Amino acid sequence: MLSHLRGTFCVLSAGVQRAWSSSSCLFMDPSSPGLVLQSQSTDVFQNLALEDWIDAHVDLQQRSILLLWRNRPAVVIGRHQNPWAECSLPAMRSAQVPVARRRSGGGTVYHDLGNLNLTFFASKKAYDRRRNLKVVTDALRRVRPQLDVQATDRLDILLNGQYKISGTASRLSRKSSYHHCTLLHSADRSAIATLLRPSCPGIRSNATPSVPSPVANLTDHAPSLQWEELLEAVVQQYSSEFGLTSASRCVDPADEVLFPGIGSMEAELCSWEWTFGKTPKFRVETQLELRDEQPVARCSAELQLEVKNGLVETCRVEVPAAWLPERLSASLAQALLGERFCPHRAAAALSTLLRCESGPLHGRLRNLCDVLVAAMG
Amino acid sequence: MAAVTRGSFSALRVLLTQQYRRRSFGPQNLRLSRTEPVPSRWAASLQTSCSRTLHTAMARHRPVVQFKLSDIGEGIMEVTVKEWYVKEGDRVSQFDSICEVQSDKASVTITSRYDGVIRRLYYDADATALVGKPLVDIETESASELSQEDVVETPAMAHEEHTHQEIKGHKTQATPAVRRLAMENNIKLSEVVGTGKDGRILKEDILNFLAKQTGAILPPAPLFQEIQTPGPAPVAAPPLSAPAGVRPPPATPRPVFTGKDVTEPLKGFHKAMVKTMTAALKIPHFGYCDEVDLSRLVLLRSELKPVAERRGVKLSYLPFFIKAASLSLLHFPILNSTLDEGCQNITFKASHNIGVAMDTSQGLLVPSVKSVQLLSVFQVAQELTRLQALGAAGQLGTAELSGGTFTLSNIGSIGGTYAKPVILPPEVAIGALGKIQVLPRFDPDGQVKAAHIMKVSWSADHRLIDGATMCRFSNLWREYLENPASMVLDLK
Repeated sequence: MLSHLRGTFCVLSAGVQRAWSSSSCLFMDPSSPGLVLQSQSTDVFQNLALEDWIDAHVDLQQRSILLLWRNRPAVVIGRHQNPWAECSLPAMRSAQVPVARRRSGGGTVYHDLGNLNLTFFASKKAYDRRRNLKVVTDALRRVRPQLDVQATDRLDILLNGQYKISGTASRLSRKSSYHHCTLLHSADRSAIATLLRPSCPGIRSNATPSVPSPVANLTDHAPSLQWEELLEAVVQQYSSEFGLTSASRCVDPADEVLFPGIGSMEAELCSWEWTFGKTPKFRVETQLELRDEQPVARCSAELQLEVKNGLVETCRVEVPAAWLPERLSASLAQALLGERFCPHRAAAALSTLLRCESGPLHGRLRNLCDVLVAAMG
Repeated sequence: MAAVTRGSFSALRVLLTQQYRRRSFGPQNLRLSRTEPVPSRWAASLQTSCSRTLHTAMARHRPVVQFKLSDIGEGIMEVTVKEWYVKEGDRVSQFDSICEVQSDKASVTITSRYDGVIRRLYYDADATALVGKPLVDIETESASELSQEDVVETPAMAHEEHTHQEIKGHKTQATPAVRRLAMENNIKLSEVVGTGKDGRILKEDILNFLAKQTGAILPPAPLFQEIQTPGPAPVAAPPLSAPAGVRPPPATPRPVFTGKDVTEPLKGFHKAMVKTMTAALKIPHFGYCDEVDLSRLVLLRSELKPVAERRGVKLSYLPFFIKAASLSLLHFPILNSTLDEGCQNITFKASHNIGVAMDTSQGLLVPSVKSVQLLSVFQVAQELTRLQALGAAGQLGTAELSGGTFTLSNIGSIGGTYAKPVILPPEVAIGALGKIQVLPRFDPDGQVKAAHIMKVSWSADHRLIDGATMCRFSNLWREYLENPASMVLDLK
């Protein structure tokens, strides 16, 4: 029997509720070779940690799992992507939207409460992404037969042949695999335009680029489709496609008893070293506009930075010698070496250095500092 | 029981030595030589060759395996190598991650099938790798590791305990390096709880087991890079397990103890601090200290705290200290000035931008509250709250961090009484505020009462400022704080 969902995202109905005190009860139950889980959390890091935990600890040779989850607004980048190139970190800071790096490959997505995430866990042998997407498209066709939804070769799901409503990414480990995809039910599309643009100009990198596509929400074309209805349809379709008689269960990713060790997985996913430090090496090459206020004067300078593991590895600032002596601009560039590629770290280092350099050129130096910090996103 | 095992051990030993002789693997023979007489065939070669050529002669016999990129399903023929976790010369164990590859939105972690040393990487990062073609070359240690399936490893050495376990049919998963460590410390693998994947026994498990036995944390035994004689077994044998007085040490993250000095270059912010502090100490400093009786201020603050909270701001003592400093600077503008580089001119700064030293995760940062002469105590408190939030989030920008003209360092919030603060160029004065302590003092009637006393330590640039000026400034500042009502008289 499937549980009915009301009001808040997840409520357990009495018939299906089971008290499980440890993960072994939940995952080793021989009576259900398949399992459908719904996460109670809307924190992107907790949910990603839950995915990691299931991938690492559950024996997927015997069973498959479908995990349903959604997050409060967040931007999720792929494993090998460059967060500075994919999203505008200043805009995200002011909107208080976090950025998270997932462990699977692929491109950048914007998550909010109107976006459903589905993760299909299976053994490496049972890894079949098309079959998983078929579950989603069949479920949609069943509840709204008039919707034209098709999975493409790139494993996107297109609505009416042109709007992307779902994107896919996956991860293969030694014995297990997971394939997750998004499904846009009623997400805030205006946020996507504001947030998913580069943080600073001039980034040159080999990181996996995102392929932007026009997107649409399911509710734009089927306004009567309720969230709970969508969930139930997907769960039913999963069960019938894989021949499983699983009931859907709610889990709390913050429960350390049910998922021992999940706290440290979450901490790793939040850490700067994972989110930014794992960025493949990239360069920043851009022009800087310098100006004097009194009298008004202008000058162009060039900035060339190389960033490895999120830290500034080399930095060259070429300012015309007539504007600032080379010694001064070189000392500013030197101050950035070894620091994180971050405007605040740069501000701290440069402000400290500025204290030593007082004199008639102090104003121009100050201006150069401000411009350098602005170029770092 | 022991007799039976020993008997079977020697039988196996004979079998194994024959096997090893046939396969001519040098390292095993050297190891066996410690536990039994060296087989004669090898004794000759040991005597005639010097150790280096012997090593190379044996190295030639170590098989180098081409580890091919296995099929990842869905008919995918090529992938992009995204990140290497190893480099040439690194030692890997079975199941260690070697690299990340990506194909078609799938991210795959490739793990090693063998133990050994990486000898060659076939691709650079961002290169395209082909499925079925070699990915890395691994120099393995023995033929038994060449098996294609993920089976439990057989130990490279035939030692009593391990053989016994195999005979009994109890297979424990652990790499040869871990088994070596266990053997040297006389630990039965069957007694160790494995915490690795699929219950594998990791090096940490052996060390934890040892720690429990001796009641102490032992430094991790070095992983042998080449053949070495094993160290003497520690006194672990009959467990001194948790004698009454010894409590297990608290669980701190285990530092990597190499016993060597570690040198790192200074970079970024710290390098800039070196420059600034060197410039700072070129300023001739003099110090002046005093104590302030804050009893009345403590009362005033407790009255005003709920009012401020209703307006959404947490009121501490610092806004009062900052505002009192600004009021005093109006009478002693020389303390809010700066000296130019050639020491030719002094500039009296109009704005009182009072810096507040903050201890952040990055180090000492000094954001400043701008134009305090125009702000009320409440406004100073608001601005301080904003700066503290930014500081905690690591988000202070150049606007906040530059332009200061005078600094207060509230070191007392962490602790301390008197200090010797260093002036931050291009300023000419700084004050360090100690902890507020309740101490006995005499009141005007000669009675002992409890007073809230805070110590303050000023430093100033003696090229511009003399002791008398500093003293008068400090007295004025102190009067404002000891009689907060007098601040009302000078409100603008």
